[in-house]
Amino acid sequence: MNAPVLQVTGLTKKFGGFVALDQVSLHLGRGERLGLIGPNGSGKTTMINCISGALINDEGSILFEDQEIKALSAHKRARLGIARSFQIPKPFKSMTVLENLCIPLEYAARDRAGHRHIYNQAMEVLQTIGFAGRAHDLSADLTQVDLRKLELARAMAAKPTLLISDEAMAGLSSSEVDEILEILLTLSEKGVAIIMIEHIMRAVMRFSHRIVVLDAGHKIAEGTPEEIVRNPDVERAYLGE
Amino acid sequence: MVAIFFAGLIFTGVADNEFYFFTSYVVLQAVIMATAWNILGGYTGYVNFGSAGFFGVGAYTAIALDKAFDLPLPLLILAAAAVCGLIGLGAGYLTLRLKGVYFAISTLALAIVFETVANNWEYVGGASGAYILTPEDSLFFDSYIEMLFMVILSLAIGAAVVARYLSKSRIGRGLAAIRDDEIAAECNGVPTLKLKLISTSVMGALMGVAGAPYPFFVTYVDPASAFNLLIAINAIAMPMIGGTATWLGPIIGALVVGGAQEFITVTISSEMNLLVVGVMLVLFITLAPKGIVGLVQDYLKKRRAQ
Repeated sequence: MNAPVLQVTGLTKKFGGFVALDQVSLHLGRGERLGLIGPNGSGKTTMINCISGALINDEGSILFEDQEIKALSAHKRARLGIARSFQIPKPFKSMTVLENLCIPLEYAARDRAGHRHIYNQAMEVLQTIGFAGRAHDLSADLTQVDLRKLELARAMAAKPTLLISDEAMAGLSSSEVDEILEILLTLSEKGVAIIMIEHIMRAVMRFSHRIVVLDAGHKIAEGTPEEIVRNPDVERAYLGE
Repeated sequence: MVAIFFAGLIFTGVADNEFYFFTSYVVLQAVIMATAWNILGGYTGYVNFGSAGFFGVGAYTAIALDKAFDLPLPLLILAAAAVCGLIGLGAGYLTLRLKGVYFAISTLALAIVFETVANNWEYVGGASGAYILTPEDSLFFDSYIEMLFMVILSLAIGAAVVARYLSKSRIGRGLAAIRDDEIAAECNGVPTLKLKLISTSVMGALMGVAGAPYPFFVTYVDPASAFNLLIAINAIAMPMIGGTATWLGPIIGALVVGGAQEFITVTISSEMNLLVVGVMLVLFITLAPKGIVGLVQDYLKKRRAQ
């Protein structure tokens, strides 16, 4: 495996007495596609909140491109190249789709080349994912699948080296799932490392190079999709004894 | 903007009834305060009931420095801007962790704290208030009020320029992102705390600027009037009625509401003007939440579509 983009070691996060993550480690190579799965409440979202900076971990270290980032605020991590989408879409409602993308371009990718240039770049991102037709629509008027696309487009506009997609497909129809999957694969081709949290197994299996399974705050398995399917611990975590 | 300034100058040359200047002063003061409120309330989305606190501190800064050093008015205004800007920064640091209604209440408390300080500060008159002697000389204007009118007009233009710059700039887009969704903004690289502190500081400084010339306008100030809750209510109502999304909204709101208040004070009664603000606020919030500017924009959009 090539030099890791992300190296998480012994990550622990407690909420009061509840241990949400207990000594979890994972690593991610450049351009790698990692699936992060586990039953509800297993700590997946807590994990990515700690990586993206929405939460501060209690123990452990998070190295991003060999730099310790656990003390950095979320916006600084975004500037370093960590982008995320939200499970429940959080669009900038008063702005159009295009304007939504200008925020990460201006702030995370720190593009100061002027308005026209930023607009063009935002348009480019939208064209890459086939979403340019809605560029001038108000983001408050979008449908659910379009909101997910906006989440991903906005994350792309930050020009990340690591993208974390938090259940971008939950609740979507089968064809919509394929659309989102296409978008993520396009991104991956550009060399972006991606962590995908998902419950839709078909998508995770097809997408991931490697899968990490969490259960009740512990990492219980790690391996290729084929290995994970055959792993008895994973089966037990999902289906019980 | 320059044209407005010169129109004001010509106005001081031709109008000889001082009443116009008193009235205009009140309306222009409202323009500054509505603009200031909107930077935090409209652009950033933090509703603030503490406007009167900053306004009062601005007024009392001017009173204290006038009494102590006899500084000229422009310096008093600058000093008030600095003091209130710093208070905005400090208060922001303490209160911006709070969201929504909790933030609003904490700003209200801030105003009460400063009123209590002024009430107990004997040097500036304590609870019984302070008298200000307006200087004899009024530059090349016919009277002191004409000069004061030009001062407040210049300040209002300045406030509008600041607000317009903020709304069109990178900072303004960052503030809008914070207003729409603070967590998403932070995760998209927006330094939310820094931008919010800029927002509270600019808001505080502009409120202070509005308050600094006030003692010279009314010549008698006591804490109950300088920190009056009505000031805060007006500062909220005017941007709401004008429209909070643009820099122009609060100015239009202040001109319409402030103008109506002055008109009604003279023609009907001074109590009636409060009722007018209340009724207008209720009507706009229920029927046109985007304010006058929003109404006009919607109308233009519809006409273009046809």
